[in-house]
Amino acid sequence: MLSTKFTPATKLSKAEIDRKWWEIGDFFRRNSLWLLMYCTGCCAIELPPAMTSAYDMERLGMGPMATPRQADILLVSGYLSLKTLRRLIYTYEQMSEPKYVVALGSCPINGGIYHDSHAVINQLDQYIPVDVYVAGCMPNTEAVMNGFVDLMDQIKHKTANGWKKYHAHFEWYKENQRNSLGEVDVHDEFHQ
Amino acid sequence: MILNVLTGIGIAFFAFVLQTSIAGINRKIVGRLQKRIGPRWYQEFIDIFKLLSKRSVSHGWIFDFGVIMALGGIIGTAMFMPITSSFVAFQDYDNFFIFVYLLAVGMLGMAMSASGSGNPWASIGVMRALTTMLAYEVPFLIVVLTIVNISGSSSMTGIQIYQQTVGNNWFIIALPLGGIVGFISLMGMLGKKPFETYIAPAEIASGPMVEYGGKQLGMLFILHEISVWIEVTLFVHLFLGGATNIVEFLIKYFAVYTLANLISNVNGRFKIDQVVTFFYKWPLLMAVTQAVIAIYFGWVI
Repeated sequence: MLSTKFTPATKLSKAEIDRKWWEIGDFFRRNSLWLLMYCTGCCAIELPPAMTSAYDMERLGMGPMATPRQADILLVSGYLSLKTLRRLIYTYEQMSEPKYVVALGSCPINGGIYHDSHAVINQLDQYIPVDVYVAGCMPNTEAVMNGFVDLMDQIKHKTANGWKKYHAHFEWYKENQRNSLGEVDVHDEFHQ
Repeated sequence: MILNVLTGIGIAFFAFVLQTSIAGINRKIVGRLQKRIGPRWYQEFIDIFKLLSKRSVSHGWIFDFGVIMALGGIIGTAMFMPITSSFVAFQDYDNFFIFVYLLAVGMLGMAMSASGSGNPWASIGVMRALTTMLAYEVPFLIVVLTIVNISGSSSMTGIQIYQQTVGNNWFIIALPLGGIVGFISLMGMLGKKPFETYIAPAEIASGPMVEYGGKQLGMLFILHEISVWIEVTLFVHLFLGGATNIVEFLIKYFAVYTLANLISNVNGRFKIDQVVTFFYKWPLLMAVTQAVIAIYFGWVI
């Protein structure tokens, strides 16, 4: 028979309490994903139907945002030349954590149709961590929306860890960036 | 005294919950307007809690302190606002000019914090916000002073009771030109679309908010919701006869905010010089005409 005496609740350790708070935060984070669109390539044309009445990404709580500080997702749509890659790295490092990267099209995966260009990088994953790839040249809007839903699933199952990977392997990423770009710092009137 | 302060904090909390829900419902309405499904009605709450759960950077102590000062100033302003003509936290301290002064604390805190970030877009946004404020305050204050002159009281409760007295109309009917000016000024205060110049996401990257992310942006969102509540409630009390009970207040509040939002979503954006010329042309002319008609000729419906 069960005791009727008052039994104190099992004391949770600090790690468990942190984990519970993180799960609550994950619910809010995956239901309110704000995009920063880094539209460098032709895949950007798939975004207007995704935002407007055809697919309506706002029903998932997503929407475009103006600056990297406010955004959660860095959306790289298309190829990246060496010049734009420097700005992309700047933008990525300015975003507030937790942050996720979604890459559209085949250009960030293997270079796409620019694979033999001297000015275009082939694999984005070598420079910043990518959470979701949407393959295709260019991907259908349904595939783009599916990519966002995949990212939500990843956040739910705690596998969208790109930003943690960037912290853990920071030296490796920096070395790759230096090898390709020579110098990551940008010298122009906006970045002094 | 402690009871009054607790009531005031309760009013501020009520303001936050009410305006955040209504903003969410309005996002849904705008979605339907654009033939979309629209987000869930509690999406705004999710957005705010997500922002509070994120990590954020600081740009120095002025940047952090300004946000807290602005939020405190706005909560302090909301505490003085009567909800109905008989429910107010601090009796006899609900004068119209208290709101004019206290709202400035919030705005100045935000201006200080935004300038503290050192981003040029933020400075441009703050400058534009102050210019817009300079533009809409002049016609708005002329109309409000006419109302104060007619009702013989500058207390928000007094103005409400004057309009609810048998024989007197709501001021939007009694002063039709003034009512129109009041609504246009309200659109300017809320930063709705023809006058959205100081946010302008595609033009100056959301203006004063450009460097905010994470917790500071979450606090700014809470600040924005409460200040929208104060401004719309001012309009309801000044022009729509206030409210005798909470249900009446909710209906009037929802109607005014939704109308402003609908007008906003079928309009483009003015340039900053167009905003100033617009406010100094027609609304100012209408406000002065209304004041002359109402005060010197005494023609009040």
